[in-house]
Amino acid sequence: MTDTERIKKFEERRAALRALTDDQLKARFWDLCQKVVEPLVELARTHTSPSIERAVLLRMGIDSVTTKGVVSRVQEAGLLGKGAGHVVLKVSEKYKTDLRGAARKIVDDPACLNGLFRR
Amino acid sequence: MTMRELDPKVKIDIEEILQDLEHYRPPRKGWTWREPVPGGYKVGKFHYKTMTKPLARSVPLPAAKYFDSIDPQPQPVITTEIASGRFEDDIRRMRMAAWHGADHIMVIRTTGQSHIDGLLEGTPEGVGGVPITRKQIRASRKACDLIEKEVGRPINFHSYVSGVAGPEVAVLFAEEGINGAHQDPQYNVLYRNVNMYRSFVDAAEAKKVMAGARIFQIDGAHNANATAKEGWSVMPELLVQHGINSAFSVAVGMPKDLIGLSTVPPCAPPAPKIWYDLPYAVALRDFFSEYKMRAQQNTRYIEADIEEATRTHVIDTLISALTRADIQSTITPDEGRNVPWHYNNIRGIETAKQTLVALDGIQELVKIDRSGPLGEMVRDLKERAICFLEEMLETGGYFAAVEKGFFVDSGRYPERNGDGIARDGKGGVGAGTIVPRDPDYMAPVCSHFGHNHLPTGVQKACDPIDGCTLCKPEKIVYIDELDPSDTCHVRLEKTWPYRKGGLIKPEAEWAGDGTMLLQFFLPEEIDVARVAALEIAKKMGLSDPEVINAQVMHPAEGTFLEVKGKVDIAIDKKTLKIPPKEVMLPEEELRAAVKQWGLKVVAATVGEDEHSVGLREILDIKHGGIEKYGVKYHYLGTSVPVGKLVDAAIETGAHAILISTIISHNDVHKAMMRKLDELCREKGIRDKVVLISGGTQVTREIARENGMDDGFGRGTKGIHVVDALVKIMRKRGL
Repeated sequence: MTDTERIKKFEERRAALRALTDDQLKARFWDLCQKVVEPLVELARTHTSPSIERAVLLRMGIDSVTTKGVVSRVQEAGLLGKGAGHVVLKVSEKYKTDLRGAARKIVDDPACLNGLFRR
Repeated sequence: MTMRELDPKVKIDIEEILQDLEHYRPPRKGWTWREPVPGGYKVGKFHYKTMTKPLARSVPLPAAKYFDSIDPQPQPVITTEIASGRFEDDIRRMRMAAWHGADHIMVIRTTGQSHIDGLLEGTPEGVGGVPITRKQIRASRKACDLIEKEVGRPINFHSYVSGVAGPEVAVLFAEEGINGAHQDPQYNVLYRNVNMYRSFVDAAEAKKVMAGARIFQIDGAHNANATAKEGWSVMPELLVQHGINSAFSVAVGMPKDLIGLSTVPPCAPPAPKIWYDLPYAVALRDFFSEYKMRAQQNTRYIEADIEEATRTHVIDTLISALTRADIQSTITPDEGRNVPWHYNNIRGIETAKQTLVALDGIQELVKIDRSGPLGEMVRDLKERAICFLEEMLETGGYFAAVEKGFFVDSGRYPERNGDGIARDGKGGVGAGTIVPRDPDYMAPVCSHFGHNHLPTGVQKACDPIDGCTLCKPEKIVYIDELDPSDTCHVRLEKTWPYRKGGLIKPEAEWAGDGTMLLQFFLPEEIDVARVAALEIAKKMGLSDPEVINAQVMHPAEGTFLEVKGKVDIAIDKKTLKIPPKEVMLPEEELRAAVKQWGLKVVAATVGEDEHSVGLREILDIKHGGIEKYGVKYHYLGTSVPVGKLVDAAIETGAHAILISTIISHNDVHKAMMRKLDELCREKGIRDKVVLISGGTQVTREIARENGMDDGFGRGTKGIHVVDALVKIMRKRGL
């Protein structure tokens, strides 16, 4: 769209707003904001990231240096979509160790992740 | 584990704060507002409409001495940003700031931290900010816990949850009791070039964690008017940016009372500022009536002149008072010329406090008139913002709009100057790092956002791990240092002589930095003056001199200059002779002595000098003068010849002669003193009368050097003079 077309479109949009009261204008603003953020929220609901997973591990009582190592190993093993906390929990159950021990094991011996989620 | 309370007379002990940090837990979490006083705050002669609970200890405004030393505290929380790169030095500045009325202390992060994918640890030195680490914020929070007890009001400690490690930083802040944080995914995308998808996915988690710890959120929209060439043109876009972050925050579970809009009056003089800033402020507060306003002062147009910055900031704060501000943030007025210095934080805080106190209850006196041009301008801004959103949605939504450069374009929407910040969805820091969650994705922790397939029967998300660090803080792992060569301990050892070793050295930012500022005028044009100023500074012994401000007073007649530099001078405190403070006799004892002697004085302003106010204040009962303590006085007026005064003293049998000498041109005040002394000697009464002089340029030393028994300068009250009279007369064996 050229600039002239955009400006023309703007004038049309604006003309449509003329009839709205201040309260209606406010409602319209928030309605549009919600429409803009809906897909963003949905993206966040269904995705994760290395930082989110490290933040999960921190809350599980694992130190920041180890969380970096664990998340890298989990990423390399293609398991980030399971949740790094989930992975650590599984390793701790499988090898009968506490969470910190499981985290260390993942860093030292990434092979322990093989077949972790196979039935 | 519990530390001694601070003693106002003793410096805060940094080494002690650093002890046993491993076990320190913040005593409270979450944001705190100032406490209103029901029915209004009454103090001294005034009844304030909006002032809040006073501080237990504080430094009031300089003019407070004329108002019973009151220090009213305005309703908005007042922010100051303190981040010199060394948190151990910042802690002392935080204490000074709290005493002047700041209760929101913001720590800017070191350059580049937003691109570090993970947390930092230890206490390395920062550049342009502080490396945010657990140890650093725990020590700072611990210091704030002590300081807030000392001043009697909670301090909100604040930093930034941005960059590619947002969720981790949010967890760190929640664990350590940080009270406020900037969080706005748009900021990452536009100004830090963090990948847009990563930025929003991370933000949802970070916001959820912040909400769980009741950390107050401030957005990043103000950066658009700090970045765009014409800050005032981007106003419709600012409404949109605030709207996106607010709506996104609410959607991920943040309560509205924790959501603050970072808003800056976008214009500055010489523009007709109010025609831009006021309609914008009104439009914003209309749309965002349910959200909190964090009003920031303008930085975009700050130059090297501190006074110019301060004047603009006063007008910014006026806009806050006319509309609404829940937090009034301050900008250190020296930001345009150097990394802020200690005392300029205080100046910024005082600008906000002084303005807000002066304008207490202004909305009861002055109303915003929406019927005229203001109403039209407000409506215009709102309509443009709505059209901006409509065009965004038509373009394909937020991400598509960013790719097309919708944001931070300096044109007034819908106009475009083509200088907006466009980002590629496939690019930026952290591109390609987000991963879809599998159906069995799980995160067994609290404050987690989004799809989480927890085992059936789980009551609380962290049950499978028997509690997360947010529920069981004892599970938090504390790392002390990673690089032993770059720590606060190494730095503290170097600065020990200037903090605890008895050496006194000037400082602007860091203990022992030796930084000084010279201000002077040179009768030369600016280019010559700049070079000459450096030569003068060098000859004065300053190293690394730098002209940080030069202002033309006239193109040919001269230039005002400010030059900073460093000195390597330290004074050993032990070598100083500090004059003892005058210990005043008790009031009853003074009254008794006056009565016993029937103390009489004669007084006048001498020379060709028509000033009378100062002396009247020393004499009159109404001003708490000597009359109040029973002294009888005979006042001869102004421009009185010394001879006439001496004659009057002899005639009335006065015990003392008080002279006021305000004019000090050509040292005429000293000449008057000597003349009075000589005349009394000639007349043979010198040992019978006490001679006291007063005036703005008078000190005890000057007076005594010029034949007086005592002398007084600014701030003297009648009782000081009576005290001196009684002491001198006793010494003479009366």
